[in-house]
Amino acid sequence: MAKDNNSIGKVLTVAFSLCLVCSIIVSTAAVALRSKQAENQELDRKTNILAVADLLEPGMNVGEEFAKAVTPKAVELASGEYTDAVDATSYDGLTAAKDPEQSRKLTADEDIAGIGREEKFSTVYLVGDTENPEKIILPIRGQGLWGLMQGYLSVKGDGNTITGITFFSHSETPGLGGEVDNPRWKAKWDGKEIYAADDGDTPAIELVKGGASNPNQVDALSGASLTSRGVTHLVQFWMGAEGFGPYLERFRSGDAGAADESQAAAVTTDETEGA
Amino acid sequence: MAEPTPKGVLLTPLFRNNPIALQILGICSALAVTSSLSVSLVMTLAVMSVTAFSSMFVSLIRNHIPSSIRIIVQMTIIASLVIVVDQVLKAYAYDMSKQLSVFVGLIITNCIVMGRAEGFAMTNTPGLSFLDGIGNGLGYGFILMTVGFIRELFGSGSLFGVTILETVQNGGWYVPNGLLLLPPSAFFIIGLIIWVLRSIHPDQVESNEFVMKHNTEPKEAV
Repeated sequence: MAKDNNSIGKVLTVAFSLCLVCSIIVSTAAVALRSKQAENQELDRKTNILAVADLLEPGMNVGEEFAKAVTPKAVELASGEYTDAVDATSYDGLTAAKDPEQSRKLTADEDIAGIGREEKFSTVYLVGDTENPEKIILPIRGQGLWGLMQGYLSVKGDGNTITGITFFSHSETPGLGGEVDNPRWKAKWDGKEIYAADDGDTPAIELVKGGASNPNQVDALSGASLTSRGVTHLVQFWMGAEGFGPYLERFRSGDAGAADESQAAAVTTDETEGA
Repeated sequence: MAEPTPKGVLLTPLFRNNPIALQILGICSALAVTSSLSVSLVMTLAVMSVTAFSSMFVSLIRNHIPSSIRIIVQMTIIASLVIVVDQVLKAYAYDMSKQLSVFVGLIITNCIVMGRAEGFAMTNTPGLSFLDGIGNGLGYGFILMTVGFIRELFGSGSLFGVTILETVQNGGWYVPNGLLLLPPSAFFIIGLIIWVLRSIHPDQVESNEFVMKHNTEPKEAV
């Protein structure tokens, strides 16, 4: 028996049939479960967006609420204009950034967030009216201490006031840098302003040690200087001229879409009162 | 060794022949996934099902596996099962699979699975091999859950994500032990568990492989 088992014919037969059976099992599982997995990924992304927009409630139907409350729009980063060049719902910035055709290499001076390449387009998510959005949700990413941190920043319709931040993927030290997930810390971002009142174009928002003293400062994470620096850099990068700066500029100067300034201001006031 | 019985193969791996505590296998995943209990539980279930089914399939075809390629045959079966488990987790427990990340894939390299396939399933019947896989999965799970319990309770003040000790970060009184959130802490805990188990079962203590010499006298050193 043992001798037979080791003949060349038997070895090849066993190896071949085993591979055949295993590959059929694996591919069946992969194909059968693919739609379910894609759904999960989509749901996860939508959950994160709703969470940063403060719309997430336990037990809600995420898919429905997302479709009702949020409009994805593709933006050309360099000009800050909406574009139809890519499909907003399926466009993935991180994948695009790896493709030389769809991205550009950042110079060392520009690349404060440490991301290497930047995609040409990005998807923003608008809450409320698309011309006069209540909140604009922007994807952000950059290096933390141990690796890439990916998240969303939610900004009010004035293009300056932050309402929330979330990181859906990071590899920071648990208990220290990992506290970027802490709801109490994230709550400190609410109401902070990205740009300083006197100097409009460069993002002034930063994390500071020992207590924030003006609207452009957020308390840093204790025990996590490098993660805090990473967060500062990535927010400054994406809100700056290389990121969503030109796009947000349109909201701050009040000429986004057909909206005039007084109308935009009225919307903001309403929202503050409601909150 | 006496003829294996179903009850024996199911229960001995729990304490008497624990894959982590006695055989010191599967340590690396035990370090990585035990910072929270729910993740430990899912990892335990994943390892248990992979060990059980791979042992069963290896045992089913054990009389046809050529000895020259038996390791790669076992690996192929284990790898296929791991991919299936990974796919299922991604489809039905997406959040969990995100937390487990690469460690589900790394079950392939978990020595417990391979060790049971080679050490038990190759010479026993499919039914017994299946139970042996479950038993070893339980043994692995016992250590994982114990470590996970200690790490989550004292590291983040919660169990299964439910707050037990209110931490200072959230305005409570408990200052969490940061070390317990990091992988090395599992080393200490597993070491202590091994100590306890070997105190209860002194026969588990290996005999010394060499005799320690007396300390060097100061005058010898000069």
